[in-house]
Amino acid sequence: MKPRNLAILLSAGIAFAAAGCGSDAGSTPDAKSSQGSAASGAAAAPVTITVGCKPPKNNPKEAAQWDADVAAFQKPHPDITVEGKDAFPCIVPETFQAKLAGGEMEDVFYVYYTDVQKIIAAGQAADITPYLDSVPALKNIRPDVISVFKSGDKVYGLPRVNYSTGLVYNRKLFTQAGLDPDQPPKTWADVQAAAKKIAALGPGYVGYGEYSAGNTGGWHFTSSIYGRGGDIVTPDGKKAAFNSPQGKAVLENLKQMRWTDDSMGTKQLLRWEDLMRMMGSGKLGMMIGAPDVVKEVNNTFKGKFDDYGVTGLPEAQYSLSGGDGYMFNPKATPEQIKAGLAWLEYKFLTPGQGQFNYERAKADGLPVGLPDIDLFGTTEPGTKIQDLRKQFATVPVEHFQPYVDANAAVQFKLEPPKAQEIYAVLDTPMSAVLTRQDANIDQLLSDAAKKVDNILAKSS
Amino acid sequence: MTTTAVAPSRHRTPGAVRRLVRRNLTAYGFLCGALICFAFFSWYPMVREILLSFQKTNFVGPPEWVGLDNFRTVTEDSAFAAAWYNTAAFTLLALVIGYAVPFVLAIVLNELRHAKAYLRFVVYLPVMLPPAVAVLLFKWFYDPGPGLFNQILALAHLPGLSWLDSTSTALVSLVIVSTWMNLGTGTLIYLAALQSIPSELYEAAELDGAGLFKRVWHVTIPQTKLILLVMLLLQIVATMQVFIEPYLLTGGGPENATVTVAYLMYQYAFSFGNFGGGGALGLMLMIVLMVFSAIYLRVSRDDKI
Repeated sequence: MKPRNLAILLSAGIAFAAAGCGSDAGSTPDAKSSQGSAASGAAAAPVTITVGCKPPKNNPKEAAQWDADVAAFQKPHPDITVEGKDAFPCIVPETFQAKLAGGEMEDVFYVYYTDVQKIIAAGQAADITPYLDSVPALKNIRPDVISVFKSGDKVYGLPRVNYSTGLVYNRKLFTQAGLDPDQPPKTWADVQAAAKKIAALGPGYVGYGEYSAGNTGGWHFTSSIYGRGGDIVTPDGKKAAFNSPQGKAVLENLKQMRWTDDSMGTKQLLRWEDLMRMMGSGKLGMMIGAPDVVKEVNNTFKGKFDDYGVTGLPEAQYSLSGGDGYMFNPKATPEQIKAGLAWLEYKFLTPGQGQFNYERAKADGLPVGLPDIDLFGTTEPGTKIQDLRKQFATVPVEHFQPYVDANAAVQFKLEPPKAQEIYAVLDTPMSAVLTRQDANIDQLLSDAAKKVDNILAKSS
Repeated sequence: MTTTAVAPSRHRTPGAVRRLVRRNLTAYGFLCGALICFAFFSWYPMVREILLSFQKTNFVGPPEWVGLDNFRTVTEDSAFAAAWYNTAAFTLLALVIGYAVPFVLAIVLNELRHAKAYLRFVVYLPVMLPPAVAVLLFKWFYDPGPGLFNQILALAHLPGLSWLDSTSTALVSLVIVSTWMNLGTGTLIYLAALQSIPSELYEAAELDGAGLFKRVWHVTIPQTKLILLVMLLLQIVATMQVFIEPYLLTGGGPENATVTVAYLMYQYAFSFGNFGGGGALGLMLMIVLMVFSAIYLRVSRDDKI
């Protein structure tokens, strides 16, 4: 090829590629909207919805279950086409905003509880309140769970998974350390004593692990202070409330375990995957967490269900709720929202089918029996789900009974406003007490409170 | 010079101009490709980022102009001063450690008689590792318990360090990682510069009785002055954008001791969902870097590098 032709070809190619980037990003949402608008004009016109968090291909059993559920759902809903978008992890901060900006966000997108209020405040999710009459399951969902997705009287999403924070522990290590795994710690003094015994097993053994970096320290500080009856912000949401006896107790307890007892290991600044890895390696005794931790440790970090147990958060009257769910693209049409709600109800909110089809999960060799989803409390569907879970259990359910029992008396509590900003601030006192023996707790809490007051003042 | 180059073309006939254009069409074609690439992948994002720093956007509706609000938000953030201090300290430490080490290494490699190719490969090897892998490798090296560095200190009967877990050593630890990851490129560039020095200069210096240190001081450094200056400026520009090390190793901790401007930018944009704040920080960093880039351009133009 002549150099001149090559130059023209290259330039044209680059121009087309660049134009392609622009046009794709720009046209997708509009195209979808116009399709949707057309659909809204004609009754029962076909509607297509894209849905996030389809299990990825490297998880073939759950991916096949999703496909089977889509096929079963579309039989009575021939006008709806569900297009699952697989991804692992289902949401990452780096891609969330980029997908929105590029018009690539699914019509029904996946979220963690932590991000819900931020998304609502930014106007990045559709108000689905007018369409909720078409979701009969809604009346049975726990009010505190649905409130995660509410702002004022408006609802912006539906939950998929809900749990409260407890204490995850390694039963095998408890036995090795001469502790009774069927009598897990009930108080923080019990935790401290157990941690000392586990750490005494030898080098590398950590009695109790805690986060302190990447905003996860602040997240677990919130869990701990809630459990002790304290709060992060005042009820009006205008001032920090953690510079309190409860906040001080959280940090003093950690400082004592880290420096006096030497039961928290030497490596700190831990983040989510660090504690998962440590728990999976069988050298970590206890950590704040919920049954989903055990599932993750088993699925990804080579732990065994038999070795772990979960109990309630020590001395807790309140517990930070965690979980995930789905929200709707603000550009989704009313028909897409209605179709999305129908799909979510079928897949995630109906006992015996979709994610609650425990019989199928057992037949597929997937773990059943973890009390990792509590959407309905003690209502009829809630009881039915619990019965089905027990009936088809494949994991030792008795290992998680202390958690179930403790949670009956615990009230769920939501994350504070401006959660991520506040967690980033609270990482500092958490990392300070775990890395500095002379950390001044009063000073740390006072400094952090001033910073959080400033954040809240700007947002109000 | 300019006048003489332009003047003849003014008197060209239209036919001559057409011939000139036709002759250079290939060059214009290639130029267009580069221009389109720069426009879409470099200049457009830059302009977009500048606009973003004055806007509040949710990427759904039209952005709202907020004037200097984003700048006010980030400058009032308690981590803002820490981020700039840490970035400056990191840059300075990276210059002290990361700038000198590759140069010394290049001199040593240049002096070697055997295994030159093998050692060059070994020195360049870390550059070939994906940064995330290299950083995670150091996460294990720095482990205060079974980590490699503390094991070595223990063998020498020295007390172990907290490395990343201490406010006094965390930043230096990040500099060490950064130096290790990037020293291969610097070393090879210096080595190329050293090999271009005429050997007669060294021979003359030796005849004058100069030892190794004097040869380096009076021959090597003056002969590589320009490349040293350019590398200095390039390194300042690169190290001021440090992100991956604090992101993967410390999460900005302990106690904000490793929060850098780029890391704070990431926090604003992706953790807090405040792209305007992230944009404002980005613009500030860009202005500071532009000053260094201007110096670089001035130096390279004046010295015809």
